[in-house]
Amino acid sequence: MTGQATDIVVMDSIDKSFPGVHALKKVDFTLARGEIHALVGENGAGKSTLIRVLTGVERPDAGSITLDGVPVTIHSPLHAQSLGISTVYQEVNLCPNLTVAENILIGRQPMKRGHVDWKKMNGQAREILLGLDVEIDVTQPLGSFSIAIQQMAAIARALVISSAKVLVLDEPTSSLTAHETEQLFRAMRKLKGEGIAITFITHFLDQVYEVSDRVTVLRNGALVGTYETASLPRLTLITLMLGRSLTELDEINRHKIESSQQISTDALLEADGVGLAGSIAPFDLVLHAGEVVGLAGLLGSGRTELAHLIFGLDQPTDGSLTMDGKPVRKFSPIASIERGVALCPEDRKGDGIVADLTVRENIILAMQARRGWFRHLGIREQHEIAERYIELLNIATPSDEQPVGNLSGGNQQKVILARWLATEPRLLILDEPTRGIDVGTKADIQKLVLSLAEEGMSCVFISSELEEVLRTSHRVVVLRDRAKVTEFTGEVDEGAIMRAIGGSDA
Amino acid sequence: MSTPRPSVSVGRIVSNRLFVPLLALGAILLFDLIFVPGFFKLEVKDGHLYGSLVDILRNSTPTVALAIGMTLVIATGGVDLSVGAVMAIAASVACILIDPRIVGLNLSGNISAVVGDPTFSYVPIPVVIVVSLLVAVVCGLWNGALVSYGRIQPMVATLILMIAGRGIAQLITNSIKIIIFNDAFAFIGNGFLVLPFSLYVVVALLAGSWLLTRRTAIGLFIESVGISFRASLFSGIHEKKVKLFAYAFCSFCAGVAGLIAVSSIRTSDANQIGLYTELDAILAVVIGGTVLGAGGRFSLLGSVIGALVIQATQTSMYAIGVPASAITAVKAVMVIVVILLYSQQVRDLGDRVGRRLGRKEAAA
Repeated sequence: MTGQATDIVVMDSIDKSFPGVHALKKVDFTLARGEIHALVGENGAGKSTLIRVLTGVERPDAGSITLDGVPVTIHSPLHAQSLGISTVYQEVNLCPNLTVAENILIGRQPMKRGHVDWKKMNGQAREILLGLDVEIDVTQPLGSFSIAIQQMAAIARALVISSAKVLVLDEPTSSLTAHETEQLFRAMRKLKGEGIAITFITHFLDQVYEVSDRVTVLRNGALVGTYETASLPRLTLITLMLGRSLTELDEINRHKIESSQQISTDALLEADGVGLAGSIAPFDLVLHAGEVVGLAGLLGSGRTELAHLIFGLDQPTDGSLTMDGKPVRKFSPIASIERGVALCPEDRKGDGIVADLTVRENIILAMQARRGWFRHLGIREQHEIAERYIELLNIATPSDEQPVGNLSGGNQQKVILARWLATEPRLLILDEPTRGIDVGTKADIQKLVLSLAEEGMSCVFISSELEEVLRTSHRVVVLRDRAKVTEFTGEVDEGAIMRAIGGSDA
Repeated sequence: MSTPRPSVSVGRIVSNRLFVPLLALGAILLFDLIFVPGFFKLEVKDGHLYGSLVDILRNSTPTVALAIGMTLVIATGGVDLSVGAVMAIAASVACILIDPRIVGLNLSGNISAVVGDPTFSYVPIPVVIVVSLLVAVVCGLWNGALVSYGRIQPMVATLILMIAGRGIAQLITNSIKIIIFNDAFAFIGNGFLVLPFSLYVVVALLAGSWLLTRRTAIGLFIESVGISFRASLFSGIHEKKVKLFAYAFCSFCAGVAGLIAVSSIRTSDANQIGLYTELDAILAVVIGGTVLGAGGRFSLLGSVIGALVIQATQTSMYAIGVPASAITAVKAVMVIVVILLYSQQVRDLGDRVGRRLGRKEAAA
C-alpha cells in the first residue's frame, strides 16, 4: 500500500473475524484529504465492519491504521472522536425532544457565570448549520424537523465534537427523499472543499456517481478494489459488487423474461382499495399465478404493511380482498395459510425463526399448524420433509436436529423459506429475504423465486435493494409514504423508479 | 435419550437435560444413606409396602401432579400462582357434592344415620371427581383467558385467583370443614394396591400428559410459543389457544392434586389445602430444567423428578430433626443451588471441566 502525501487515513491489511464469520479479509483502505470516498458492496460485504474498525467500535484482529502518517490504535468511539474521526450513523441517534442547538452543542454548551449562555449557544449552532447551508430555527425541538435536517444536525454535531478531519457517514441517505439527499450532498461538497475527508456507505449507485471521487468495493469481506469513480463504468461497478459476470446476471434476466410468458391472466389475488387506517393508504393490487411482483420503496414506505395486510396479520379497515374470485373474510395467519398464502417476514430473528427449536421442527412448524393440534406429523415423516428441504435449498447444517439459532443468517432464512415451501403455497410473500445474506445465497434465492414462479407460484418480492427487485420481478410496485404510488411493467427504467421512490418531481 | 456408545463422555452426561434433577435426587438420597439410619428399609405389611421411600413417593403426589401442569404453563413463558387455590376449590367442590347438608339441603331420612356411614355420598363418587375436575378446568380457562386474550402478565393474572380462590373455596363449603366418611373417595389418597393408590393416579397423569404433548403437536406448539410467540403467530399457530390450553391443563392437574390432598386428610379445609404449594410446583419445574420466565423446551419427567427432590429433602430434614418451621430455609438453599447449576456461567465452567476430563479420557 503506497501512502501518498494527501492520504489522511491508511488502513492496511485489516482482518476481523466474528464467531462463524470472517468479516474482513486483509482489507486495505485509504482516505485522502478533501475527497468523498464511497464504500459499496452488497449486504454482508464488510462495509459496516470496516467502518466500525475505523471508528473504534471494533478492534481489528490484524492490520494497522495510520492517521496523518502516525500509526494509531483506536480504542473506542470516543478515542476516535478525539483523533478527529467523527461518525454519523444510519439512524439518527440524537434526542428529538431537545432543541436543535442543544443537540448540536450538548456537552460543550458555552457557559456564563455558571449558567448556560443560551443566546451564545443558539448563535453558535445557527452558525455551524449555516456552514452546511442549512438555515432553520435552532430553538425548535429537533424532532419537529425532517429526517434530512436531523441528519444535518447530526453531522453538525459530529463536526463540533472534534475538530473533525475525517467524517464517516453510514448510509446517510437511506431514509432521505431525493431533495433531502441533494441538500446533504451540498453539505458534503462544502466540507470536502474545506479539506475534510469524507467516506460514506451507500446502496444507491446513482449517488456514488453523483457525489464521490473514489469508490472502494468490498465483497464477502474482501477488498475488490478502489477506483476513480469517473472512469468506472456503471455496469463494471455492478459486476464488481456482485462478483459474478454479467452473463450470469443475464441468465437470471433471461430466466425472468422466459418465465414471464407463463404468467396466468386470471387474478389469483385481487386487492380493491384495501387499506388499514394509520398503517397504509388504500391500494389496488392484482397478483397472478406465475408472476413475481416486486415492491420497491424506502424503509417505512409501507412495503411491510402491505405484505401484512395481504397475509392477514391485520384486518383491513377499507376495501375488499378477493382470492380465486372469492372474497376473503377471515384475516389471520392460519386462515391465510389455509388459502395458500405464505409470508417470510422481514424481521427474521423476531418473527421468523424459533431459535431453540431444531431445524426439523422449524421446517415443519407452519405445515403442522395447518394440520392442527391432533393430526400430528410422525417423527419419520418430519425427518423426511426436513431432509428434503435441506437438500433442495442447500441448507448448511450438521443435521436436522441442530437448533436453528446456531445456523448463519443465510441458512436461517433458507429454513424459513423451507417452512413455507412445505405448506405448498400458491402465493409466497418474501419480505427482505436476502437481507444480511452473502452474495451466493442471495443469487440462489433470486433464482429460486423465479423457478417457483415458473412452476406457477405467485410471488411478492420485497427488498430495499432496487437492483435486486428489478432483477427478479416481472412487475414493480412502488410505495412511498405508506401509499402505493405507481406500478411499472415490462422493461423498467431504473431512474424512473428511483424518482418514484424518492418522490422527486422529475 | 442417549444412544449406546463405546465410551460415554462426561460432556454428554452433563449436557443431558435430566442431569441436574437426577444429580440433586442422588445427592439427597446419598445424604440419607449416610445420616438417616434405616432410611432405605422397606417392609411389607398386609400386602402393602412401607418405608421412608414409599412415604416420599406418596407425600409427593400432589406436588408431582401440580408440577406436571405447571411445566406446560412455564414452557409457554408464563407461570400459574393460583394452583394452590384451585386445589382448595376442587377439594371444596368434592366435599360439598359428597355431603351437601351444610348448604341446608334437606336429606331424606335420619341425619345422624348417615354420619359416619362409610358408603354415604350424595352423588356417585365418579360424578364427584368429574365435576370437581371440571370446576378446576373452568378456573384454568379464566386464568388462560386473562393471560392470552386479556394480555395480562401471567403473574398478575393468576395472582387474582390465587387470592380470590381460597375465598371461593370457603364460600362453597360455607366456611365449614366438611368431614368425609366415604371410604371409596378416601381411597384416592389413602388406599394401597401394594403401593399407594395416589401414585398410580399421578403415573397415569404423567403418561397421559406425555402422550398429549408428545404424540400430538401440542408440545411443539407450546415450546414454539414459549420461545417466540411472534414467530409462532406468523407460522399460523393459534398462540392464544395454546396458552389457554396450557392454563386449563395446569388447573386440571391442580384439581387432581386437590382431590388427592382432600381425600388423604378426609376434610375440606379450604384454608390449608394446597397452601404455598404453588411455590413447590414452580421450584419442581425449575429443578426439572424448564426455564422460568423464558419458557421453551420443557421436560415433564424432569419436573416430576424435581417434585421428588423437594419431597425427599423435606422428609430427610424432618428425619434428622430439623423443625418444620426451618424447612423454608432449607428450600431457599435449594433454590440458590438450582439457580447456580442452571446459570450459563456455571454451565460453561462445567463444559470446560467436562472437555478437560474428556481429553484425559481420550489420552488414557
